[in-house]
Amino acid sequence: MLGGFSFNHLIYLLDGLVWTVVLSALAFLLGGVAGFFVMLCRISRFLWLRRAALIYIQIVQGTPLLIQMFILYFGLGVINISVPPLVAAGLGMMIYSSSYLGEIWRGSVESISRTQFEAAECLGLTRWQALRDVILPQALRIATPPTVGFLVQLVKNTSLASVVGFLELTRAAQVINNSLFQPFLVFGIAALLYFALCYPLSVWSRSLERKLNVGRR
Amino acid sequence: MQYQFDFSALLPYWSDFLSGALVTIEITVFSVIIGLLIGVACAIARRSTIGPLRTLVSTYVEAVRNTPFIVQIFFIFFGLSSVGIRLPIIAAAVFAMVINVGAYTAEIVRAGMDSIHPSQIEAAEALGLSKLQIYRDIILLPAIERVYPALSSQFILMMLSTSIASQISAEELTGVANNIQSNTFRSLETYMVVAVLYIAITYLMRAGFYGLGLIAFPRRRRLGTSL
Repeated sequence: MLGGFSFNHLIYLLDGLVWTVVLSALAFLLGGVAGFFVMLCRISRFLWLRRAALIYIQIVQGTPLLIQMFILYFGLGVINISVPPLVAAGLGMMIYSSSYLGEIWRGSVESISRTQFEAAECLGLTRWQALRDVILPQALRIATPPTVGFLVQLVKNTSLASVVGFLELTRAAQVINNSLFQPFLVFGIAALLYFALCYPLSVWSRSLERKLNVGRR
Repeated sequence: MQYQFDFSALLPYWSDFLSGALVTIEITVFSVIIGLLIGVACAIARRSTIGPLRTLVSTYVEAVRNTPFIVQIFFIFFGLSSVGIRLPIIAAAVFAMVINVGAYTAEIVRAGMDSIHPSQIEAAEALGLSKLQIYRDIILLPAIERVYPALSSQFILMMLSTSIASQISAEELTGVANNIQSNTFRSLETYMVVAVLYIAITYLMRAGFYGLGLIAFPRRRRLGTSL
């Protein structure tokens, strides 16, 4: 007996949407902290640290997120660590977002003219002071639009957490579709919910780009 | 507890890994070529004077760019089969890929076209170039040349997303890996090998795009794309 799509199904999807938002926020916060360190390593004075960060980025950006999720999922399994799906999915998303955010922020920092660094040095600021008080405030302006833009990628990619059994929006849609088999309707609603989440971010990113006038300096 | 890595169990499957990698490359090449054409057409349409056409194209681009690939693939594959259209799995995967590549390419190429200064077009008009010549030689080709690095990294990202086609059991690299790990029970090892293969394909593509850039845009050799 195939029932129709009911109010309860919608509640189930919205519940999944909440978990999508939670996972996205977690990935952004943790990935942001890790990404900041990746950025620091990439602009470090030590060659080995720069190299290590570059290798990390090339590995993460050279493999699909799906494979990273699988490696993490089975990897945690074989060393007998049982973690809740949220932690496993969050960890996977953190690694993914740290590499991309690290590169975005490195680009922003490096787009600040070298003379700024040199001037700060002449004023007797330490390297950390120069970064904190001179470079980062300027880089923030440049980094904001692409960071918001990346948030869209992040929200969309949380959908891959569904493959390791994390019950977010995509997984919820799959579960409902398995019982109803009305894929156009169920996945259509899921797509609409994702769109409702991502589209404002896209628009915001574009308006920030115009407002901060990064393109035409 | 110490985990014993055992890659030897995977040895009998080496040809399966390679054929999976080949399918991944084939899907990518095919959808990049078709998607590029669609994307350029959409980028041109977004600059047209026909309002409804502009709206239609930007709806397509925004819809695709703001929803996850996995949901799109499920929508297409399960959706079509629910109304009785049984698409082969690979065809459904390629279809979803083409739609995606088209939308992302459209946005990147449009950004490139917007970056062409109006004075360039005025100069071309003053020189008496035809409309077609202006579009081809002054707007489109220089725009693509300018966004070539962004385009090639987008295409590499798209290659990585083909892995999602494994969720409708397409036999590309990740799909093959799913089969192998359920035969051998060496899940971690299987996916580590696959990760290395993906990195190899990424490098292959970067080298390919770099070479293509040298051939296609000899004027600005240093622009190419970074290796």
